[in-house]
Amino acid sequence: MTDMTMESEKQTTISSASLRASALKNFILGDMIFRRMTLTAAIVVLLLLGAIIGSLVIGAYPALAKFGFSFLTSERWNTDQEIFGAFAPIYGTVISSFLAMLIAVPVGLGIAIFLTELCPQFLRRPIGVAIELLAGIPSIIYGIWGFFVLAPFLKESVMPKLVWFFAPIPGLNTLFAGPGYAASLFTASLILAIMVLPFITAISRDVFSTVPPVLKEAAFGIGCTPWEVVKNVVIPYTRVGVVGGVMLGLGRALGETMAVTFVIGNSHKVAGSLLSPATTISATIANEFQESSGMFTSALLALGLMLFVITFIVLAAARIMLMRLEQKAGV
Amino acid sequence: MQFSISRVAMAVALVATSTTTVLAADISGAGATFPYPLYAKWAENYKKETGNGLNYQSIGSGGGIKQIIAKTVTFGATDAPMTPEDQAKNGLVMWPMVMGGIVAVVNLDGIKSGDLVIDGPTLGDIFSGKITKWDDAALKKLNPKATLPSDAITVVHRADGSGTTFNFTNYLDKVSAEWHGKAGVSQSPEWPVGVGSKGNEGVAGTVGQTKGSIGYVEYAYAKQQKLTYANMINKDRKTVTPTLPAFQAAASNANWEKAVGYYEVLTNEPGAESWPMTNATFILMYKEPADKVASAEAIKFFDWAFTNGGKTAEELDYIPMPANVVALVRKTWAADIKK
Repeated sequence: MTDMTMESEKQTTISSASLRASALKNFILGDMIFRRMTLTAAIVVLLLLGAIIGSLVIGAYPALAKFGFSFLTSERWNTDQEIFGAFAPIYGTVISSFLAMLIAVPVGLGIAIFLTELCPQFLRRPIGVAIELLAGIPSIIYGIWGFFVLAPFLKESVMPKLVWFFAPIPGLNTLFAGPGYAASLFTASLILAIMVLPFITAISRDVFSTVPPVLKEAAFGIGCTPWEVVKNVVIPYTRVGVVGGVMLGLGRALGETMAVTFVIGNSHKVAGSLLSPATTISATIANEFQESSGMFTSALLALGLMLFVITFIVLAAARIMLMRLEQKAGV
Repeated sequence: MQFSISRVAMAVALVATSTTTVLAADISGAGATFPYPLYAKWAENYKKETGNGLNYQSIGSGGGIKQIIAKTVTFGATDAPMTPEDQAKNGLVMWPMVMGGIVAVVNLDGIKSGDLVIDGPTLGDIFSGKITKWDDAALKKLNPKATLPSDAITVVHRADGSGTTFNFTNYLDKVSAEWHGKAGVSQSPEWPVGVGSKGNEGVAGTVGQTKGSIGYVEYAYAKQQKLTYANMINKDRKTVTPTLPAFQAAASNANWEKAVGYYEVLTNEPGAESWPMTNATFILMYKEPADKVASAEAIKFFDWAFTNGGKTAEELDYIPMPANVVALVRKTWAADIKK
């Protein structure tokens, strides 16, 4: 061993210059390979996205060309006469996701604030772990649970009360008009709310804990209440992260398929009442793709394209909103 | 953004896998959910006797037709018979495999199987959304003794294209002006009301879960899931209970010798004993199969089922095809399917 080292040391002095050059060359080569590989990976993502958009557009074209704008506004979905309108699934997708966010955002932020600002130390871990576990439950489990437990419970115990309570209030009495169906827009929204809750909570909690303690302590020091600290220090400091979490949740709600298919009722009708069955884009595709052909397939692909567009609009709106907020805050 | 991409990619992957699930060794078929309990049982027995397996995907009649046309399976199964013209156009042979009955199932407190009587027009009114409450006058008139709640009716129908739906709507279309005006005969009509579920299994499950609901399923599913079925008033104005003899009475009206391409629908048949929603379920295969070995294996299985499967069928409340029809079908195989 030692002999060999000696030997090599001798050689090093002889050809150290050329060795250094070759080592450098190796570095350059390795660097280049690394750069090329990461570049390829990035390009693959772009190509994939382009290919998906491309095949969706090509597949959807016959339906969009035939029905034109009425594809968006018509509620009819007749597979025999091949008359297709996407209004019912688009309505169901947007409303169920919107309602889910309406429920999940305040609750999720509430949990996150409680966990980071107010919670006694010994409770933090169990609640935190519970939320992470909730995020790990597969959507089919939510679907089965919703179908067997939540939906019957809502129909028997909650919906009659909602109908009774909102009956005298104009406007809301159409939104909550009876009879309540177990499989309904309302049930689907509630399941979605539960499903996106852990995303919003987990991300908000993580970004809340990045607020420098010195900021909060300073605020407390000048006599702020916990509410004022959250409102004026924590939320403004973390809003980009929070909006990110909300958007991730919204993304999941818009595209969720399995759980929603179980509890939404799969009805191509737009009912005024939230307690009536409805359908979403992803549920329609999941139910009907298998036996579709020709124009029917094209209409379903056009539905997929609509979901793509809706998601894109939502994300773009979020970006614009964030930019506005930042300008206002003058950061 | 990433989210929607992953969804779309998943959907694409799903479609890809669903059309390529052909196993090399087994006979592969896909289609109707209606005869699935029986085909599964036959396959089990056949495997015991011969060692050959059957891979049958119960994806609905619409799916079965689509897959046989796409040539991803050796045979397709459908409850909605393909018209002789379509058979010729696609180069397919169709024959009836077994018959069965569709029943209306309900979920009502205090109502047991057979307690409730419904006639065709009333059933049509319920599925058209004209009758919305269980204590509607029409239902009360048919059931003077039953205590019907004033609850709303939840109609449960299929969310996928279905041969069971084809036969059910074929019946409603014949007997209910309301249904005829609103929807008509179809494997997946524009449902005026109700919630959709996938497959006979899905409808059975949803009705079992939902108080105040009514749906329609193949009789074996109602029996398996212990659902409450309703008695029906048939074409001869007689009240009938869904039993094997009632299905047989209706099936005896079929005239298979005369039916071109075995196109025959068995709803609303005459006869005092006849169950009004009876139907045959069919097999579709290519006249000139690409894989002749697989095709021959499939025919062997069906031949075995015709010879040995009758008892199993009756145990599960399906009606085996009569001997003369079986002889006819065997002739068709010999004449039309290239070996």
